[in-house]
Amino acid sequence: MADIKAPSAARTATPEARARPRESRSAKSIVLHRARELALVPALLLLMVFGAFVNDSFLTERNLISILGASAALAMVVLAESLVLITGKFDLSLESVVGIAPAIGALLVLPAAQAGFGTDLPTAVGLIAIVLVGAVIGAFNGVLVVKLKLNAFIVTLAMLIVLRGVLVGATEGKTLFGMPEPFFTLATSTFLTVPLSVWIAAAAFGIAGLVLKYHRVGRALYAIGGNPEAARAAGIRVDRVMLGVFVVAGALAAVGGLMQTGYVGAINANQGTNMIFTVFAAAVIGGISLDGGKGTMFGALTGVLLLGVVQNLLTLAQVPSFWIQAIYGGIILVALMIARVTTGRAQD
Amino acid sequence: MTTSAIGPVAGHEGVPLVEATGIAKRYGPTVALQDGRLTVRAGESHALVGRNGAGKSTLVTILTGLQAPDAGTVLFDGEPAPPLADRDAWRRKVACVYQRPTVVPELSVAENLFINRQPQGRGGFISWRRLKAEAAQVLDTWDVHVDPDARTADLKVEDRQMVEIARALSFGARFIVLDEPTAQLDNREIERLFTRMRALQDSGVTFLFISHHLQEVYEVCQTVTVLRDARWITTAPVAELPRAALVEAMAGEAITESKARTKPDVPADAPVLLDVRGLTSTSYENVDLTVRRGEVVGLAGSSGSGKINLAESFAGLHTPTAGTALLDGEPLPFGDVPAALRAGVGCVPRDRHGEGLVYGMSIGDNATMSVLSSLGRYGFVGPDRKRAFADGLITRLDIHAEGPDQPVSDLSGGNAQKVVMARALASDPRLLVLINPTAGVDVKSKESLLARVDHARDDGTAVLVVSDELDDLRRCDRVLVLFHGRVVAEHQAGWHDHELIASVEGVGHTGSPVRGARNGAPSPHRPAAEPQGENNG
Repeated sequence: MADIKAPSAARTATPEARARPRESRSAKSIVLHRARELALVPALLLLMVFGAFVNDSFLTERNLISILGASAALAMVVLAESLVLITGKFDLSLESVVGIAPAIGALLVLPAAQAGFGTDLPTAVGLIAIVLVGAVIGAFNGVLVVKLKLNAFIVTLAMLIVLRGVLVGATEGKTLFGMPEPFFTLATSTFLTVPLSVWIAAAAFGIAGLVLKYHRVGRALYAIGGNPEAARAAGIRVDRVMLGVFVVAGALAAVGGLMQTGYVGAINANQGTNMIFTVFAAAVIGGISLDGGKGTMFGALTGVLLLGVVQNLLTLAQVPSFWIQAIYGGIILVALMIARVTTGRAQD
Repeated sequence: MTTSAIGPVAGHEGVPLVEATGIAKRYGPTVALQDGRLTVRAGESHALVGRNGAGKSTLVTILTGLQAPDAGTVLFDGEPAPPLADRDAWRRKVACVYQRPTVVPELSVAENLFINRQPQGRGGFISWRRLKAEAAQVLDTWDVHVDPDARTADLKVEDRQMVEIARALSFGARFIVLDEPTAQLDNREIERLFTRMRALQDSGVTFLFISHHLQEVYEVCQTVTVLRDARWITTAPVAELPRAALVEAMAGEAITESKARTKPDVPADAPVLLDVRGLTSTSYENVDLTVRRGEVVGLAGSSGSGKINLAESFAGLHTPTAGTALLDGEPLPFGDVPAALRAGVGCVPRDRHGEGLVYGMSIGDNATMSVLSSLGRYGFVGPDRKRAFADGLITRLDIHAEGPDQPVSDLSGGNAQKVVMARALASDPRLLVLINPTAGVDVKSKESLLARVDHARDDGTAVLVVSDELDDLRRCDRVLVLFHGRVVAEHQAGWHDHELIASVEGVGHTGSPVRGARNGAPSPHRPAAEPQGENNG
């Protein structure tokens, strides 16, 4: 800290007289802050109680674990998207990363007879390649957006289409299966009866939350999303941080794709298709602002869980499959309205 | 006053805290600053005044290290200024509080004070406890009563300014530039700001104070530097420079009086076309105003005086809260632009980039935008008729262009402004409202635009000109001056520049400062700042 010369006048002014109102105000503002973070928790609890009433099998350990397992891949992509959104940018192409990254990993490993590239690389290399592909795609997006100053929305929309096309082209539209067992480990092996993917997603959220709250790099994301000029003036390397966020987001989405692969047991040419809508819904319901600079990892996580529970309830209630989408979309709208009312501020 | 008497921070005897000499800066063909000079002594509050375009902002960007001058030197405490890239070194010397906030709105006050230098604990993680404690300490030290946990977006403008000042001080800077800090404040907030400025000054902070309100210069500053036409004019102790002399230094000599108009006076029996009674809104109050057929009335005032809002009200952009306006005996439809157009109001909006032109469209499309319904039936527009009409306008206004199909984005500022004028004239209006009609255009286009105003006048149109430019106002038959939303003066054609500037700046020649009533008076004599803000460079 630079030297602060205390003006004598300020020192003698009764500090205790000022301290009191400030304390009470700060307590209030902390409560308010928490309220925003926890906005979805009541809705989530209400939904759980509701679920327990309408269906006996809802509140069983087995079902709850299955909700978590089904949500893990979505959670990873929501985490990735939230980081990009907090920085004030967009990345639509993450849903295609969910498909293409594990597919390339698989193609590197699979023999040519099973539609692979025929490189027959070791499984470990294939797994590492998955994360690398995600990071490289993120870096590519980042360079276009940050260095070439292209609009993030349209760049990543184009990338979404390109990558989708590459996936279909590389697999010739076929479903990839028969990958070595480690490709499925995340979803199939469990620790304390909970799938590994859930633990990893939880850890990823924990680490991201910690960094966002307690590290300069994390705080830099909020500063950039809130006012990039002010961030630049404060000495933050805005371009470098943004590029890094795109890379990390791509890698996280790739891991999400691997989880999805394990959960499904194969890689369909459509893996990840339309997922981005759910991702945005979860992030925005969870309080991540589309304008940047706002939102917490905890909020994003509650958004994911809420959608997971709703999805599960709809399945348990045996809603005719033709109607599930309409109801699902309606519930997202209602959740947005509830979030708007409970937080008392405009949703961006 | 000698430097040694000033107190704690006068490090080197006699060496000024900031000394800028021979500063020159050009942006392309425009000379923003030709001979900028500034000498600020430690511990004083130094005013920097000058009309729009005098070079104040340019000088500030150079003093704060955002741009390098083309020529000249800047010394801090007698030592050369640090290189531009060394932001930290600059931050330790000088900071500027701009009108536009440089804080992150969603973060807390405490965090904004320490962005990117948050106190870290073990493992490089931020210690929020220490951050809050240090923020509270900084705010306490400089006597800023703001909750460190508050969301910065929730702060009032005055508190936000104080947070920015405290942040600058916490970097070690003791030289603070305040760029029109009072523009968005009401009277009581201004008083509080001045009280705090004096307290900070007592503890060794030096201010460079920029304001359009000369009254404030006399209230809070000890020394004043005047810039005019990109040049340094004078630096003098405020006490030794009477208002008249200061205004004269800002305006320059009134050499233009020889250009007294030769136009005939508007006949006294010319019918009143626009008749405004008691018009009131949030940014102006109780305005009475008449414009006769063939009369050009000017509307002057500083930014925040409400002049632009008033003019925009006639064009249907705002709805006043009280009062009436009759155009040729018919009530003027407020808050409804199409109705205002039908009633015969043509308007040149205040900012051609923001509201005047659609840059992606052609000259013809822009010029005919508001008259399309008269060019065809059922909303269909014949391309030939439109083209012929646009061709007519291009010739009439002497727009230098290839033709109506050329995009307006190709045009120079002067020609683009002519297109805006063409659109206003396209509907043959009875009342022409011109807001900053010659802003940012070259001398020739300016003459041509003003000549169009004279033509319109001769055709019997009533014209209302809102402008900061004396040249625009000199053509008017009368100029009304708005100060904080009230009409405070009326000048018949032939006024002297310093008279007009004095009443615009609120140092009335009647001797009673218009802001005099504000001490202790709770009623806001200064209406809330115009939300859209005037662009005054």
